[in-house]
Amino acid sequence: MAAARRAAPSADIESLLASKEMLLVCGSGGVGKTTMAAALAAYAATEIGGRVLVLTVDPARRLADALGVGRLGNDATRVSAEAFAAVGVEPRGELWAAMLDTKAGWDELIRRHAPDSRVEASVLANPLYQNITSRFVHSHDYLAMERLHELHASGQYDLIVVDTPPSRNALDVLDAPVRMKEFFGSRLLKWLTVPYRSRLFTAASKPFYQVADRVLGSRFLQDIAEFFILFQAMEAGFVEHAREVEQLLADPRTSFVVVSTLEAAPAHEARFLARELTRRELHLGAIVANRALPSSFTAKASAASARKLLRATESADADPDDDDDDDGDLVTAVAHALDAEPRVVRGVLHEIAARFHDLAVVAAREAERRAELGTMCPLVVAVPVLDHDVNDLGDLLEVARHLDA
Amino acid sequence: MPLLDRRLVFVTGKGGVGKTSVAAALALLAARQGRSVLVCEMDAKGSLAAAFDAPPLSFQPRLVEPQLWAMAMNTEDSLREYLRLFVRVPFIGRIGPLARTFDFVADAAPGVKEILAVGKLCHEVRERNYDLVVVDAEATGHIVAQVGAPKVIRDLVNVGLVREQTDWMLELLQDPGTTGVAIVTTPEEMPVTETTELVARLPVETGVDATVLIANRVLPALFDRRQTAVVDGLDRAHRLLVDAAGRGVDAVVDAARITEARRRVGAGHLARLQQVCPDLPMLIVPELFTRATGRRVVELVADALADELDIVVDDGRAGTRPGGSA
Repeated sequence: MAAARRAAPSADIESLLASKEMLLVCGSGGVGKTTMAAALAAYAATEIGGRVLVLTVDPARRLADALGVGRLGNDATRVSAEAFAAVGVEPRGELWAAMLDTKAGWDELIRRHAPDSRVEASVLANPLYQNITSRFVHSHDYLAMERLHELHASGQYDLIVVDTPPSRNALDVLDAPVRMKEFFGSRLLKWLTVPYRSRLFTAASKPFYQVADRVLGSRFLQDIAEFFILFQAMEAGFVEHAREVEQLLADPRTSFVVVSTLEAAPAHEARFLARELTRRELHLGAIVANRALPSSFTAKASAASARKLLRATESADADPDDDDDDDGDLVTAVAHALDAEPRVVRGVLHEIAARFHDLAVVAAREAERRAELGTMCPLVVAVPVLDHDVNDLGDLLEVARHLDA
Repeated sequence: MPLLDRRLVFVTGKGGVGKTSVAAALALLAARQGRSVLVCEMDAKGSLAAAFDAPPLSFQPRLVEPQLWAMAMNTEDSLREYLRLFVRVPFIGRIGPLARTFDFVADAAPGVKEILAVGKLCHEVRERNYDLVVVDAEATGHIVAQVGAPKVIRDLVNVGLVREQTDWMLELLQDPGTTGVAIVTTPEEMPVTETTELVARLPVETGVDATVLIANRVLPALFDRRQTAVVDGLDRAHRLLVDAAGRGVDAVVDAARITEARRRVGAGHLARLQQVCPDLPMLIVPELFTRATGRRVVELVADALADELDIVVDDGRAGTRPGGSA
């Protein structure tokens, strides 16, 4: 089964969305992950049907409003039929959205795994708890996976699209469950939580505590140790759960979508991510090249047109003899058609022609990077750069149409 | 006070806005003014090395340009150095397991990792090892934890060496004549929103104010109002344009329109930023439209920033200003 799934990549976005139950959207910061996750979910809800949920981390305000999430905490909300009607779309299925709330997520985990109410209350009241959970390395990543697991297990959705948190390293999200397991399984944790007094007498740990005492003060270490002791009471539940979450990532029903722009750094990160996914035998469903310039910008015909237009609009002052030939006619004719001053028209057309080269250079670089991404994944989809922000459902569906073009 | 006349400058911003290029460019500018500069990458992603087209950086600073040293932060090495300098742990070789243990505690304990990183930077400033330390800092999401680490530690740790040391660190960080924070953004919604949030959070949570905003990849205005009317009406002249310049003319006109539309949206976001932060100066780095990466980009960004900061560097590079093409 597993081998078969890897051997059969999806031919397009629609079949990917139709064949998977969990989609993890990842990529480096600033490439439009959140928008793409929402667009994929909106597309699945409108075109394929079923109940589709997008789990988002930190959407822009207007996008959050459009999806009806924002200050609603951990609950999923349905994007209303009116919102779809307003943009003239009748969805085949339902679109739901939820936001990841780290604090609520941790509290929920503690409640679930605490062996009794005493431990639960002590952890929640521990002064280090909030500080640690909000800073705990990769805590966002783990919670996103945890939430995915919970939502999938609830059986309420046909497809869940996860907008992975912004990470320093995009792979943290994959390592999060393993790290959680390691954290609880580590000898260091066990060692650290041996009652403080007796530790002072073990030869192995003595130098550490002597130095640590001087540097950090013993009280701080004690606070930490206490907190870890409380946490250890929840070990079994956490580790078991982390294992399940880890399995979910490798599940045949799960696929990854890597989002990137075609700039140098994000594309580099995307290649790295795609390679790692393949190495880990995880399913890379598609690479989305976001904000791509149209391929027509690199066409020879376009460059030729730019050159002709440039010649046709050379300043009359610079080349007075040339003004009465065919080229001069263009400016006059366009000025006539637009009822504008010839001088202004000449300036505009000249600027347009002169500027084309700038974008053509960028487009050529983009084309190379897109080809490189194509060697990593059979399905690379380009979403063109839009001339506006993505603010509402209509904009999301516009992005989605490009995804399946 | 000019940004680069400070001793410690953090460069932050949302992921993907070009923080590293800007940090590298600022460091380069200061070095060209004849100052000794250390530039430090905090997230160990390797993009600072790439910006200088240099091999991977390590904790040990390396000269990458005249007067300019570059390093990558590593909290384990920082701890090693700290223990050697302040705790006088005699046998450095023996602290391997100790450092690993510490790393583990630091992973979970608030502020420990951050203070090891920020502590190293503050130490370099205090010892005056360099005239200026430029930090290619964490993204907006993490910078508060980093710059605010001494404050957090002071609140959590009651006694011990570390607590004593937070005092001089805070003094250094909270002096606007010593420390500056430059927030880089692009003219886009999310980066601008994160910037406004950070400007508000910084003084409250860290006691350090933002110093300057740097708008990166700003598209130039191509057309005035009358010209825009012509651009908008060009569809009516489509036939004429195709006859004169060929089929490819559509792409040529599209290119200008996309650029102009994006510029307009971006200008709106930057206007909002200036409205929310009227007291912060904003430096503009234009979109470069270059196929180059790495060192060349740093060069072009440095030229743009030199213009904005009124820095005249007499090294015969005046001809490389990007203004002509962007």
